[in-house]
Amino acid sequence: MTAGTVAVQPSIAARLTGSRVGRRRTVVDRSMRTVAMLAAFLCAAPLAAVLFYVAANGIGALNLDLITKAPRALGIGGGAANAVVGTLQMVPLAAAIAVPLGVLGAVYIAEFAGRRSARIIRFCADVLVGVPSILIGIFVFTFLVLPFKQFNGFAGAVALAVIMTPVVMRTTEESLHLVPNALREASLALGVPVWRTVLSVVLRTGLPGILTGTMLGVARAMGETAPLLFTALGSRVVNVGDFGRPMDSLPLFIYVNARQPVDALNQQAWGAAFLLLLVVLIINVAVRARSWGRRIG
Amino acid sequence: MTTATTAAARFGRAASRVPDLVFRSTSGVLAWTTVAILGLLAILLLLNSGEVLGTFGISFLTGTTWDPIAGIYGALPFIVGTIASSFIAIVLATPIGLLTAIFLAELAPRRVAIPLTFTIELLAAIPSVVFGLWGVFVLGPFLSKTVEAWIVSTLGWIPIFAGPPFGVGLFTAGVILTLMILPTIVAISRDVITAVPDSQREAMLALGATRWEMITKAVLPYARSGIIGAVILGLGRALGETMAVTMVIGNRPQVPQSVFDSSQTIASQIATTFNEASIGLQTSALIGLGLVLLVITMTLNIVARLLVWRVAGPGEAHT
Repeated sequence: MTAGTVAVQPSIAARLTGSRVGRRRTVVDRSMRTVAMLAAFLCAAPLAAVLFYVAANGIGALNLDLITKAPRALGIGGGAANAVVGTLQMVPLAAAIAVPLGVLGAVYIAEFAGRRSARIIRFCADVLVGVPSILIGIFVFTFLVLPFKQFNGFAGAVALAVIMTPVVMRTTEESLHLVPNALREASLALGVPVWRTVLSVVLRTGLPGILTGTMLGVARAMGETAPLLFTALGSRVVNVGDFGRPMDSLPLFIYVNARQPVDALNQQAWGAAFLLLLVVLIINVAVRARSWGRRIG
Repeated sequence: MTTATTAAARFGRAASRVPDLVFRSTSGVLAWTTVAILGLLAILLLLNSGEVLGTFGISFLTGTTWDPIAGIYGALPFIVGTIASSFIAIVLATPIGLLTAIFLAELAPRRVAIPLTFTIELLAAIPSVVFGLWGVFVLGPFLSKTVEAWIVSTLGWIPIFAGPPFGVGLFTAGVILTLMILPTIVAISRDVITAVPDSQREAMLALGATRWEMITKAVLPYARSGIIGAVILGLGRALGETMAVTMVIGNRPQVPQSVFDSSQTIASQIATTFNEASIGLQTSALIGLGLVLLVITMTLNIVARLLVWRVAGPGEAHT
């Protein structure tokens, strides 16, 4: 894919004529191009602003206590261990559900499905990405919380998995399309069955793309709050391993603490936000930087 | 990428032996699961909101009172809040996003375009709750002292711009949403602009057009439906955005009179009251709100995807 720019001298006519009309056209051209450039830099400014303020406010609160200590039962102090532990359990479980679903689903669309069903599935995956995440929360609430009358970490993980699956599926599908057909043919010609060919030739070749999709899905799930409000609920105690009970997560912790009219709790929210942002951005930068050459070049 | 349409059914016929068929049908079932999830989501929301829809019918959408104690549920305040905050976001984000996409696709040299695109993509990766935190403590106070104060002092005589600005309310929510939907609008507009054939540009330049005339008269008309699609996708995101909006909009369940009023969107009303709601009519009413949101966002999404596909092909555009 080209970057879409054409290497042609701009506004030859405008410069040749030198008339008043020509000058006006040149001025409009120049000024609008400058405006477009300013808009582009304006777009990039918020990232810098958010990064700066989260770092400035969060760095003081980001210490070992934040990761290792649970919140005090009463009053202020303690840390966000409940949130860290919850995120570290729910996100991997979500990935364990979403990755097989997404990857094999993508295999089906890319390798087996007819054109019509591929389009339907792809379309639904895209629409699912656009469904507001809070509705995913309600959806999972109706069948994993309501019947048991108990908010639980498992429901939270399922809600995150629903969000991750289409992301993994679409990224994987793209990377499978980049696998050269000659590899498939060579493998089949050697008498390798189709399922082996897919697993050890196609998926292995597409592995970098699959990892990209998985990591982007993980980063997205890690930052989601809304789908957890009515599923995992959040918890002030450190919950290790009991998926049948409420669990906390970093975003939930930030949300709850930011709404308290207590400065020390707000500080903890900034610390947790700094930690979350750091992890999410590192994943994104690492993954995107790797696939960058392929996508733009 | 662009090969998506041609690549279907690579092994379609080759899978005939038993293990292959098992593998094929397993992956098929998993793939159709996505479709099933979407269907199930709609059905469960519909079933669980049956009680409120049965009790209030169409007046659920038009009623202005939301009073759980009296048992009266009218969704209009939240529908207005949702549309108003998203409208502010679209008004601000469309020109900025489109100009940015034009700059990235047509004007910027590669060494500028690549890092800028990267930065804007990272903006999309910031979790919503972090935007909310920043919005409450940094952006809101900043806006109330600068932009909002200025609007109130110059346009305050118009009722919808009446103050006082608190830094919490519709306007702040609209600005936060602007930041959150800009990456979507920029990325997809850039993709569709890039997909415009070079022959369009060359013809325009050969006629003596300036670069800007080429963009406005040849490139943008060609990419128009895709750009509209990008804006609608941004709108869909804004309508359903929950956490950041919940944290800065003020959470007041009444129809707002001014852009500086505290308000409540569908998503933020669900987020703030669902857990305290008693099972029964109140929960049903909140799920009914969710159903309204689902219908709006799904419709917009489907329309937008079709528009983008028309220009860029079905393999593109999934941000």
